[in-house]
Amino acid sequence: MLEFENLRTYYKTPQGLLKAVDGVSFTLEKGEILGLVGESACGKTTLALSTVRLLPPAAQVMEGRILLHGEDLLSKTDDEMKKVRWKKVSIIFQGALNSLNPVLPVKEQIAEAILAHDSISRDEVDKAISRLFKAVRLDPGRRNGYPHEFSGGMKQRVMIAMAIACDPEVVIADEPTTALDVIVQRQILDLIRNLRDDLHISMILITHDLSVVAQLCDKVGIMYAGKLVEFGDIFSIFETPRHPYTQALLKSIPKMEQTRTQLSYIPGSVPDLTGEVPACRFYSRCPYAQKLCAETEPKAEATGPKSHVACHFWRDLKSH
Amino acid sequence: MVNLAYVARKVTGLLITVFLVLTFNFYLFRVLPGNPVTLLFRGVGLSAEQIRELTSQFGLDQPLWVQYSAYIRNTLSGNLGISFQSRAPVLNLVLPSLVNTAILLSVASFLSIGAGIFIGIVSAWRRGSKIDITASATTLVLYSMPTFWLGLVLLFIGVIYLHLPVGGMMTISFVTIGALPQLADLTRHMILPLMTLVLGLTGQYVLVMKGALLDVFTEDYMVTARAKGISNSKLLWDHGFRNAVLPMMSLVALNLGLSIGGAVQTETVFSWPGMGLLIYRAILARDYPVLQGAFLVVTVAVILTNFVADMLYPLLDPRVT
Amino acid sequence: MMMTVETQENESYSTSRAYIRAFSAFWGVYKRNKMGVIGLCMLIFFVVVAILAPIIAPYDPSREFLSSTLLPPSWIHLFGTNEAGQDLFSQVIYGTKASLTVGFAAAFIASTIGTLIGITAGYFGQLVRDLLMRLTDFFIVIPALVLMIVLASVMGSGLTSVVLAIGLVGWTGTARVVMSQTLSLKERAFVEASRASGAGDFYILRNHILPNVMPVVFAQTVLVVANSILYEATLTFLGLGNPNQVTWGQILQFAFVSGAILTAWWYVIPPGLSIMLVVLAFSLTGYSLDLVFNPRVRKI
Repeated sequence: MLEFENLRTYYKTPQGLLKAVDGVSFTLEKGEILGLVGESACGKTTLALSTVRLLPPAAQVMEGRILLHGEDLLSKTDDEMKKVRWKKVSIIFQGALNSLNPVLPVKEQIAEAILAHDSISRDEVDKAISRLFKAVRLDPGRRNGYPHEFSGGMKQRVMIAMAIACDPEVVIADEPTTALDVIVQRQILDLIRNLRDDLHISMILITHDLSVVAQLCDKVGIMYAGKLVEFGDIFSIFETPRHPYTQALLKSIPKMEQTRTQLSYIPGSVPDLTGEVPACRFYSRCPYAQKLCAETEPKAEATGPKSHVACHFWRDLKSH
Repeated sequence: MVNLAYVARKVTGLLITVFLVLTFNFYLFRVLPGNPVTLLFRGVGLSAEQIRELTSQFGLDQPLWVQYSAYIRNTLSGNLGISFQSRAPVLNLVLPSLVNTAILLSVASFLSIGAGIFIGIVSAWRRGSKIDITASATTLVLYSMPTFWLGLVLLFIGVIYLHLPVGGMMTISFVTIGALPQLADLTRHMILPLMTLVLGLTGQYVLVMKGALLDVFTEDYMVTARAKGISNSKLLWDHGFRNAVLPMMSLVALNLGLSIGGAVQTETVFSWPGMGLLIYRAILARDYPVLQGAFLVVTVAVILTNFVADMLYPLLDPRVT
Repeated sequence: MMMTVETQENESYSTSRAYIRAFSAFWGVYKRNKMGVIGLCMLIFFVVVAILAPIIAPYDPSREFLSSTLLPPSWIHLFGTNEAGQDLFSQVIYGTKASLTVGFAAAFIASTIGTLIGITAGYFGQLVRDLLMRLTDFFIVIPALVLMIVLASVMGSGLTSVVLAIGLVGWTGTARVVMSQTLSLKERAFVEASRASGAGDFYILRNHILPNVMPVVFAQTVLVVANSILYEATLTFLGLGNPNQVTWGQILQFAFVSGAILTAWWYVIPPGLSIMLVVLAFSLTGYSLDLVFNPRVRKI
């Protein structure tokens, strides 16, 4: 339904061209939650912003297509995009602390999203907002309040309510739980799961937290340094990870049953995306790195009907 | 919606500040060592006998706290002393002047805030464009000019080329003619001083509006708003302007002191019968009671205006109470 | 990037070499801003004029050419003459020196007061800070020009009074800036380290806080000078200066009082234009300095 085809989004910086998203391709099917996982600054948010065309002035989509039901979003005019935004694709941003306008009542902010796409009466809008509040487990009586009167978790619920207000086809949630404490995180995740079950929303869930992915997602895409290194359904990724990075990520999750007191981690750091990049982005940190990895970029190879991996040696690696 | 505790806090602040100003005013004229009488009658050769008599007449031989309490009592009951020049009570001179200055300054503030907001928004929305650069350059140049000099230049151009009046607030003979010609006459007198003030004040407002708006554009909620697909005008007004106007309002209150300075200069150049002209004439005549009274009244007026602004601010910013 | 003077660095260096290096680093950044360079050139021009006044000015500014009163500009009198027959070009030249001197002097006083108050407020505890900030706010609320007028009147008119009046009122901007700078410096590691090794407050203030506050004070002072020159012009225009001391504001005062403003444009334009250009020069330089020392400040 939502297809990313070889998306390349680069930033112009004083130090050179920063390849934030460098040839990413995958597909989101209807009614599924797709998790997009990766370390900070691996391009996940840039990808999200590219989809709704809200990139900062320094960024530009250099290549690729983003197809929503076959229509390329990247070729639409600004006016056409206004109709797409929120009605077809909505975004929940991370850090809801400042994502709401402090001087407008919360109801107004949701109402303007609805009214921008549908002409319905004020009365209908108000009823819709009450329904939305109930759907996200908020007291509808508080809908006239201002953002500073809500807690962090409540603000995030408001953001979710706002995001589903126009019945979008796709919701992109960018780190929806990162800024919240653990208990509230759990509540939000439960909420998202309930919404998926009740409303059959298709969602891209961006996160760096694999445990969140495990709880909610149907499919997972692992991103590293602007590339999609592995993609597949949740069970195969977790049970048989093929890419060394995926394997390392999974190993680094502390398990309750672990008797060892040492946490495993991935040594090294993400390469600088502006300079000369070795062919395989993971080369400097990969325990299986070979000369070929430094010379030729690994192409995505299918490992199953709906999964792929980008590594020269995935067939030879044992998946732990 | 307005919190009682907030109002109480602001009122307390107001009273304390006014009290401090009263005290400050009292000491201001006792800043120099020596007898204030010699200060007041500098240049007039006084005999020791005369000095002693005047000293007791002014109550200056009393202990300081007696003088101070007398001063406070007098001031609070409206007795601000007697003018040296005209022998009239200072209050009678100050109040009508205050009204005239208020007229000039409020129209000028209104116009310059409006212009500042408009130009500021355009400059921010089209940052780096010719309009933006022209506005910034003009602002800088105007800001570097003394207000009185701008007034002199406008006076020259206005009188010689546009046949506007040389000064004053109205033509006396018009009083009998009727309201509409009077209004036209007032307007003709007001154009030049108004222009001077507006040109001087607008720059600051443009700068703050533009800066505030540019800051707001980088906020997270702006990205959210754009993501919702709302119209550009809604974006600019409901989200951009409604937030940028907050630091702008703070500036307006802060700027009042500077505006008074501009008004003093403008009124002097154009002989507009307000506080500025009153002060100017008092300087020339060394009329200290008038100076003291004018200073007090002007400062208290500014403090009161700030207080009103504080009371209105929560209406714009729901976070403040 | 703040230019810090870390006195605890292990590297040894000769002090003068360090200053030269610091200066060329500074100039490298400063000269990137075209406006700042233009401002600086204008400043240098005016300072040179002020210093070389006796050489450049064709006549003694107080000399009265009794047969040449209120003459428009000519080759003999480049800026024309005033109602007393004095050559206005010479007056404006000599006025440069007086106006600049008053501006610098007043700014020096204002900056000193502002820095002292700012450092004290920023460094010592909450109570001191609150008190001093209330004081600063008090001075900000009072209309500045009116207060200066009152002070200058009370102290007796003349340029000394003008300088004092401006200095005693114009310190608030510096105080605020210095206070916030001191507050952030106070938390920095090298101050904590110094205190941990037993340094007293005065030592820390003198050797750590003060040197690191100076760049900001310097940039701020340049802007204060600009303002002081404007205020001096205004105060002397209103009659609070010394009629025997020629400053640009004083020339304009005579122009106004003699009623010549509606006829003798040459009386009014050159002094005012000079004020404007000098203030512009200081403003451009000041903003550029601010950019160098405080890159987060957005360009206008």
